[in-house]
Amino acid sequence: MIKPRKRMGYDGVVVAAPASTPYERYSTETAHWWIAKALRQSIKSAGLTPRDIDGFSVASFSLFPDTAVGLTQHLGLVPRWLDHIPQGGASGPSALRRAARAVQCGDASVVACVAGDTNHVDSFRRMLSSFSRFAQDASYSYGAGGPNACFALLTDYYMREFGVGREDFGRICVSQRDNALRNENAVMKKPLTMEAYLTGREISDPITLFDCVMPVAGAEAFLVMREEDAVASGIPHAHISATIERHNAFAEDPIQMRGGWEMDIDELYGMAGHGPESVDLLQTYDDYPVIVMMQLEDLGFCAKGDAARFIADKDLTVSGDFPHNTSGGQLSAGQAGAAGGFIGLVEAIRQVTGTAGATQVENAKRALASGFGVINYDRGVCTSAAILEGAR
Amino acid sequence: MVTRLQKPPKKNPQVRTRVPTLPSHYRSRSALFMAAAAAEGRFMLQVCAEPDCGSVQYPARDACSCCLSDRLVWQDVSARGKLIATSTVRTSTNTYFRERTPWRLGTVHLEIGPSVMCHLHSEVVVGSEVQLINRLDKSGQSVLLALPMEKAQLQEDDMQLRELTCDPKFRRILITDARNPNAYALAKSLLEAGASAVFVGEAESWRPYPDRAKLESLQGVELVSLDVTDTSSVQELAGEFGGKVDILINNARFVRPGGIQGRGDVGFAMDEMQVNYFGMMRLAQAFAPAMAGRSADGVNSAVAWVNVLSVYSLVSNPGFGSFSASNAAAHSLSQCLRAEMASSGVRVVNVYCGPTEDEWHQPLPPPKVPAGALARELVKALQAGLEDMYVGDIAKDIRRKFMESPKVLEKEMTSLEAL
Repeated sequence: MIKPRKRMGYDGVVVAAPASTPYERYSTETAHWWIAKALRQSIKSAGLTPRDIDGFSVASFSLFPDTAVGLTQHLGLVPRWLDHIPQGGASGPSALRRAARAVQCGDASVVACVAGDTNHVDSFRRMLSSFSRFAQDASYSYGAGGPNACFALLTDYYMREFGVGREDFGRICVSQRDNALRNENAVMKKPLTMEAYLTGREISDPITLFDCVMPVAGAEAFLVMREEDAVASGIPHAHISATIERHNAFAEDPIQMRGGWEMDIDELYGMAGHGPESVDLLQTYDDYPVIVMMQLEDLGFCAKGDAARFIADKDLTVSGDFPHNTSGGQLSAGQAGAAGGFIGLVEAIRQVTGTAGATQVENAKRALASGFGVINYDRGVCTSAAILEGAR
Repeated sequence: MVTRLQKPPKKNPQVRTRVPTLPSHYRSRSALFMAAAAAEGRFMLQVCAEPDCGSVQYPARDACSCCLSDRLVWQDVSARGKLIATSTVRTSTNTYFRERTPWRLGTVHLEIGPSVMCHLHSEVVVGSEVQLINRLDKSGQSVLLALPMEKAQLQEDDMQLRELTCDPKFRRILITDARNPNAYALAKSLLEAGASAVFVGEAESWRPYPDRAKLESLQGVELVSLDVTDTSSVQELAGEFGGKVDILINNARFVRPGGIQGRGDVGFAMDEMQVNYFGMMRLAQAFAPAMAGRSADGVNSAVAWVNVLSVYSLVSNPGFGSFSASNAAAHSLSQCLRAEMASSGVRVVNVYCGPTEDEWHQPLPPPKVPAGALARELVKALQAGLEDMYVGDIAKDIRRKFMESPKVLEKEMTSLEAL
C-alpha cells in the first residue's frame, strides 16, 4: 500500500479576474460563443490581452465535435499548456488546482480557466439520452426523468433516513432566490416564498419545480497566475489555501448519502490551516437542495444527518450569519451546463477580492467553494472543493 | 393496489390512432447480453471469474470494477433485493414516458451486491423485499422491474408490467392454420388466458379435418378463410381483419420427412417453402404494417407476432432435412421481421418447438411435444413477455448445445449415426 505524500502549498500562485456572462434560458449561439464572451471579459478585467494567455483550461458539454484543441484555433489562442475538464459540476476547483500547479511549476504563466455551454431548445433532452454509457444502459430507460429522477431517489432516501421534510429543502431554495435578486445575471427575477416552493409543480416525487435548476446558456471564467505578476499589475487576487478532488468515492454505498468530500476533508482543512468555522462564506454545488445538505455534512459544517437542523438555525442570505451561494447559485441563477461547476468558485473569487458588488458579503476574507459532478449512473461521481483567501 | 384492467370498448373509428413512441433503445454492446437474457426471461449479471474476486457487476462493464480483470462471465444470479428508494416521474423528456406518466421507478439493493434502478410494480412499497425481473421493453432492450415477493392479486394487470409483456388478456388473436393439430389447444389456451376473440384461419374449407367441430364449439372462436400459400387470400383477410389483430400466431406448417437424396424431386421442398417461408412473408407483408401502426392503441394494442418454428431451424435434423431448411429460412426471416418491427414496439416472438406429437412424427421415439404443452408454453411466453421460448425437452437440449457451440452441435447432428 503506497501512502499519499504531504501536499505542497500553492505558494506564489493566485487566482484572479472572475468573469460571468449573463445567463439566458435559450440561446441560438454556440458554446464557443459563450466561452469567448466570458474569456474576453476575464482577460480584459485583468488588463491583459489574449496573447498573454499561455495556458488554457476548458469545461463544456456542448462543444461537440470540438474539444479544447479546436477552441484554441477557433479563438486564436496559442497556449503552451492545455486542459479539457469533463467533470461537469466539479470542474471549477478541479480546473483551478491543475492550473495552479502549472503556473507554480512554470509550465504556464497565465492560465485562463473557462466553463460554458449553450442551451438550444432541444439540447437538454439530447444530452440526457446520450450523457454516459451507464446512463444510457441503466438509467435513462427508467422513465427518462434525467437527473431529476436520479436525485429524486437520493432525496427520497435522505428524507426518510434523517427525518427531513420538504420545508427543510425549501429554506435553501428560498434563501438563494433572495440572493439571486441581487445578481443581475440570474435568470430568476421574482422572489420565491416558502408557500410557492411547497406548492411547486410535481416533477419526480419528492422533487418539485423549485428543487430543480433551470438549464440555461452562459459561461464563467477566471485566471490563474503568478502572485508577483498580479501584484505588479495591481490585479485583485486571492490565494489558494487548499483544494481537494475525488472520483467514484464510496462506490459500495447502496445509494448516495455522502460524497468524496468526506474522504478528503482532513486534507482540505489540514492544508488550509483552519477548520470550517473560519470560513466566511460557502458556495456549494446546488443542482438539488439534498446535495447542498450533503456538502454541509461532508465538508464538516455539521454532522451527517444534521444539515436540516443546521440550516434552520442559520440565515443563508448575503447579509445573514451563514452566507451561502451568494449569487443565487444554480437554483436561481440557472445551470449553464459545465459553467455550473464554476459559478460558485467564480463568485467566491469575487467575494474574497471584494469585487462582488451587490452580492458582496461584508468582510469576506475566506471562502469555500465545492463542486459535484456527473451523474454517470445513479450518483454524482466527481467531487471537488477549494478554499480561497483574499489578498487584501 | 393494481387497478383492474378494463375490457376496452369498441374502437371509435373517428378517433385518431396514436403513433407509437418508444423508450430509449441506446445500449452499449455489453448491455446487449442483458437483452439476450431478457429474451428468455432470465436475470443474469456479470460475475468476475478471478478466483480471488467474484464480484458482481452492474451496469454491464468491460472490466471488473473490483480487480480490473476482463474475465467477466454472464451468470444467472439471485434477483432478490430490498427496495430502498422510490420516485414517481411526473414529467419526462422522452415522449413514450411523457404519454405514460405518472411512472414509478426505484432503487433496489440486490442481495448479491449492486444497487440497480428499476421500474416498479404498483404493489411494491419502499422498504420491502422485492424480486426483479429482466424483460425487454417496447424498444426491444433490457429493463428491470421489481415485483412483490408474493404474487399480487391481478398482478398482470399492472400498467408498467403490461408494457413489458404481451398478455393475451382482452386482446384479439389470429391463429393462421386451423388444420394444424395444435390449433384447438392454442385457441383454447388463449381464450382461457383472457383473449377477447380468436380468429382461426382455415384454408380449403370444403376439405374436412378432425378438429373443426371442436374449434367451432369454443366460445370466442371465429373461423376465417385464410390460405397462407395464396397471396390474395392473405391480403383479403388482412383487408377485413388487419385492424383488429393484436397478436398474430403464425402456426401454419408443412412438414414431411426426408432430406435431399431420399426425395426424387423438389415437390415437397417447394410446399415446405411455400407454407413455412413464403407463408410468413405473405402474412408479414399483409398484416405487419397494420399491427405496427396500432402498437400504442390502448389496452388492446397490437403487441406480438408469434412464429411457431421447429428447433431444427437452428441446426439441420437430416431426417427432416428439407423441413429443417425451410424453418432455417423462416427463422432468418423472423429476424428480419424483428428489425422491421423494432420501431413499432411489436414483439416478434419465436417459439422453438421439438418434434411434435402428430402423424408426421409418428415413428419417432419420445419425447415429443403434445399440442397442449405447446399451447401452454406459448401463452406463458406471451404472459411473461419473452421473445424466445423453447418448448419440449429436445428443443431445450438443442438450445443448450447451440448456445455452447453451434459447430459441435452440427457435428453431432450430421455424424454417421444421425440418419
